[in-house]
Amino acid sequence: MRIAIVNYEAGNLRSVETALRKLAFEFEVVSRPEELLRADKVLFPGVGDAGAVMQVLERSGLAEALREYYRSGRPMLGICIGAQVVLERSEESEATCLGLVPGLARRLPGGAGLKVPHMGWNQVHFREGHRLFAGIPQDTSFYFVHSYYPEPAESEAVLCETEYGIRFVSALERENLTAVQFHPEKSGEFGLRLLANFLSR
Amino acid sequence: MLEKRVVVCLDVRDGKTTKGVKFKGNVNIGDPVEMARRYYEDGVDELVFYDITASAERRGIMREVVERVAAEIFIPFCVGGGIGSVDDMRAMLLAGAEKVSLNTQAVLKPEIIDAGARAFGKQCVVLGVDALRDGDMPSGYRVVIHGGRTATERDLLAWVREAEDRGAGEIVLNSIDADGTRDGYELTCTRLVSEAVAVPVVASGGAGRPDHLVSVLRDGKADAALIASMVHYGDYTVFQIKEALSAAGLPVRLRIKP
Repeated sequence: MRIAIVNYEAGNLRSVETALRKLAFEFEVVSRPEELLRADKVLFPGVGDAGAVMQVLERSGLAEALREYYRSGRPMLGICIGAQVVLERSEESEATCLGLVPGLARRLPGGAGLKVPHMGWNQVHFREGHRLFAGIPQDTSFYFVHSYYPEPAESEAVLCETEYGIRFVSALERENLTAVQFHPEKSGEFGLRLLANFLSR
Repeated sequence: MLEKRVVVCLDVRDGKTTKGVKFKGNVNIGDPVEMARRYYEDGVDELVFYDITASAERRGIMREVVERVAAEIFIPFCVGGGIGSVDDMRAMLLAGAEKVSLNTQAVLKPEIIDAGARAFGKQCVVLGVDALRDGDMPSGYRVVIHGGRTATERDLLAWVREAEDRGAGEIVLNSIDADGTRDGYELTCTRLVSEAVAVPVVASGGAGRPDHLVSVLRDGKADAALIASMVHYGDYTVFQIKEALSAAGLPVRLRIKP
């Protein structure tokens, strides 16, 4: 099985690499469309501005490759900005995104003493029985750092929800694509478990 | 609900963890990676490593510590001390740190905050600030640098507001008056800063008992509390402290492994 981590020079992918090493999975870091399309499983991590990320993805041909990979039906896990740019567009920089999932990325409202970015550990309420969360107790805390969140148009796409002033979608799923707004690679032993669940299924 | 973070700080000199009182008289207390792993297993939410190495080889030594930590510890951690350029920041982030903390260098050349935020995003740029009580300053606190040895003309509140505008994504506020005393955090100062900025504030300096954390997280309105001595010397475990916070009604992460 070929596991690929998408490298587009904007993501903080080092921590995803070290997590996979710890879990003893072999993987390659890919930055070219043809390498991405050879993979059996893709991790799409990252932080940054949605507009800037999309520019890099479009310029490098990775955007089209991600769309093609998604259409092929093979599993894909987006992380953080990877859970936003899979939507049609983002309020951040008014970016047009990959369009794999109907919906948009919206800015967290904050206010009333709630700081934006939403930074720290927060509970994730997931769809009961989902295999990504096998061995993980309901409402376990994961680590978040973000100012925008995914808002899929279809309610079936909602996989997890988290409270921060509002109840927002903290993970989504559509067909072969799963995407988490939090950082499993920085969420301790339960985060590692989630990554292992994705990679070993 | 967002949980309150317990952050453990390790001062690293020549690759070893040290601890001093009021920034003086540091003694070696262990291997930072070993200690970090123990705190990780015990449920710490985040770690901070301050490089207090003075030698020319400092960057290489610290880079190695950061790489070793990143390979074993899967929670966010921040590196500070001696970071004076975007290249220094990049080196630490590439080695595996989540965030870098700027303190003296940010006061001396504030543009480094803007440059760091542009290059890596605000969430990577932490402003560390050392505050000293001073009735002559408008906010009642003066910013000091060089580990507390040099007074500046900057007012604490004016400085944290400026740093936030420039792109600091978090503020670690250390009270020089309280640091190392174990008598409790400086609550007034923490609350003042926390209410003045929209980014998270980590309270630092003075923790000696779990109820000190309760006070600063509740009354001081801090988002996170930084501790060192109280766990380094074995008086408390991180888990005991978090249980105490939870018992006091504060939301904390207690479930840490399967």
